[in-house]
Order: sequence, then structure tokens, then C-alpha cells
Amino acid sequence: MSNNSNAALLEFVLRLGDNNLILGHRLSEWCSNGPFLEEDIALSNIALDYLGQTRILYTYAGTLEGGKTEDFYAYERFEHEFTNALITELPNGDYAHSIARQLYYSVFADLLLTELMKSKDATLSGYAAKAIKETAYHLRHATDWTLRLGDGTEESHQRMQKAIDDLFMYTGDMFATTEKEKSLVAAGIAPDVPALKAAWTKKVESVLKEATLTMPDAATWQMQGSRTNRHTEHIGYIIAEMQYVTRAYPGNKW
Amino acid sequence: MSNDNQFPLWEVFVQAKSGTPYKHAGSVHAADKEMALMNARDLYSRRNEGTAIWVVPASAIVASSPEEIGSFFEPSNDKAYRHPTFYEIPAEVKHI
Repeated sequence: MSNNSNAALLEFVLRLGDNNLILGHRLSEWCSNGPFLEEDIALSNIALDYLGQTRILYTYAGTLEGGKTEDFYAYERFEHEFTNALITELPNGDYAHSIARQLYYSVFADLLLTELMKSKDATLSGYAAKAIKETAYHLRHATDWTLRLGDGTEESHQRMQKAIDDLFMYTGDMFATTEKEKSLVAAGIAPDVPALKAAWTKKVESVLKEATLTMPDAATWQMQGSRTNRHTEHIGYIIAEMQYVTRAYPGNKW
Repeated sequence: MSNDNQFPLWEVFVQAKSGTPYKHAGSVHAADKEMALMNARDLYSRRNEGTAIWVVPASAIVASSPEEIGSFFEPSNDKAYRHPTFYEIPAEVKHI
């Protein structure tokens, strides 16, 4: 494989891995703070699913770069080196906000993985086949709670609608791509991510409709940046907490 | 407790593999059957314990009462002939 296509593949694999790590880290903040015990465990389970997916992807990235470890990607990179979609780094907010984030992201991940299963790269298609089972459950969980809160009490409806509206401006960034990624699409390795937008909108719309919620205006201004190394202010706080121990005690084993 | 605002209780039964009996695994709180099933999946199958789950509203379970222990169970105590101890169970017969 040429150096150019290797660099493109590395960029794409890290994009997938970073999405999983940062969202998983955010969700893990619910551990011991969930609305009730069973839901606390459900969210922690989902966080662990994302972490497991991250490990597969970072390990693969390490082989592409010749010997870097999965820990390197999680613990030894700076904010601007992370390429996760902006929506994954947003604070948890109230429960409705976390559920809205899960709904938006899970619909996206489900579509992405369905396409990625057809990848000509055997590691990526294998990863997708494993991950889609987990993602199908995440989507079921998020859909179920969206219906419950949207079609629940007056207060739950109003808070779910607010969360759906608040986070909508970060959804467009999930579909951002790069020149390198386009070369992978042409080679049959990566799915055409921007092309997933129509199916995503249709699916989200149908869930929101059933939940008696209103789909935000498609013309809403969208924040971009995750593919050009620009983040929201929140990423720094996540990285600081996540990397503190390994930065304070470099190379320590436990 | 006057401030118990938890959802109703459901009992969870897990089948370890196809063909084996469902065993009581524990209980979960949930607002309805769909949530009960998801919560049961998250609590009782996260370490590869099962392949199928039943959830049952705890209120739907009819239980014998401790006061009835005598009339319910003592009559069987002295009737050893009811036990199938006089038969050899073939090695091929599982789950007995």
C-alpha cells in the first residue's frame, strides 16, 4: 500500500476510534449518577461497548503506524489531534440531552457501520460486523427513551424537545469528510459518509414523529470543525481528566 | 418508605442455553415490559450468562405463604416411594 493511501486509512480509522473513545468517556460520567440503578448500568454498558470498539480501532491504527500502542492514541495526543465528531464531546446535560445525543449518534453509527461492513479492508469490515450488533442495541435504547420522554409527561416532552433542538446544530459535523477520506471511498474502503445524511434525516424524523416531537429546521446553522482540528471548548476538559494519570506518571504500569 | 418512587418490580429468569430450564436471576425495576426486558438484559446477561430471558411482573407471581409450610410440604416428607431413587438414570439423559 502506498504511503498516501496508508495515511488516508490511518486518518479514517482514528476518526472512527476517536468518536468511540470520546463518546464512551462522556457516557462513563453517568456511572453512579444515572437516574436510577438499572439505567445507570445500561449507560455504563454502552460506554464499555464504545471503549471495546475503540480498542479494536486504535490497535489497528497502531499496526498502520508501525508499532504504536492503543494507549498512545488515547493518552499521548493533544486536543487538536483528536478527530472525533463535535457532538460526541458535548457535556451530558440532563438525561434528555444525553438521550438526544445517543439518538443522533446511534442512527448515524448504525448507517455508517452497515456500509462499512462492505469495506474491501478486511479489518474494517470485520470491525463493522461486530460493532453493528452493539450499535443496534444502542439505537434501540436511545429510540425507546426518546419515545418515552417525548410522549411522556408535559415536562419530559418539553425537556426532550429542548435537547433535540439544542444538539441539532452539531449533527452536520458527523457527516464531514476530507480529501483523504474521499480517496478511500473511491477505493471501496470507506463509506461515502456525507451520502448517509438523507437516510439519517429520514430515520431521526420518523422517531421524533412517533415521540410527538418536532424535527428541527433543516436550515439550522451547523457548527463544523472536527475534520479541520477545531473542537468545542469541552474537549480540553475531557482530555485533561482522561490523561491526567498517564501524564503525571509517564510510563507507569498498573 | 414513603418516598419510594421507583418503577414497579419485575422478576427475571435467564436461560443459560437452549433446552435448559429458566432460572431465577434476580429482579429489576421498570416502567413497562420493554424496559424490563432491556434492564434485565443489561443487568443479568452482561457476562455471557444467557441466551434467553423472561421478565414477569413481580405482582403476577403467586407465592405460598410461610404459614402454609406444614400443610403444603409435610405430606411429602414420609413418602420415600415417590422418589425415583430406585431407577438408574441413563447417562445420556441431561438436565434432571
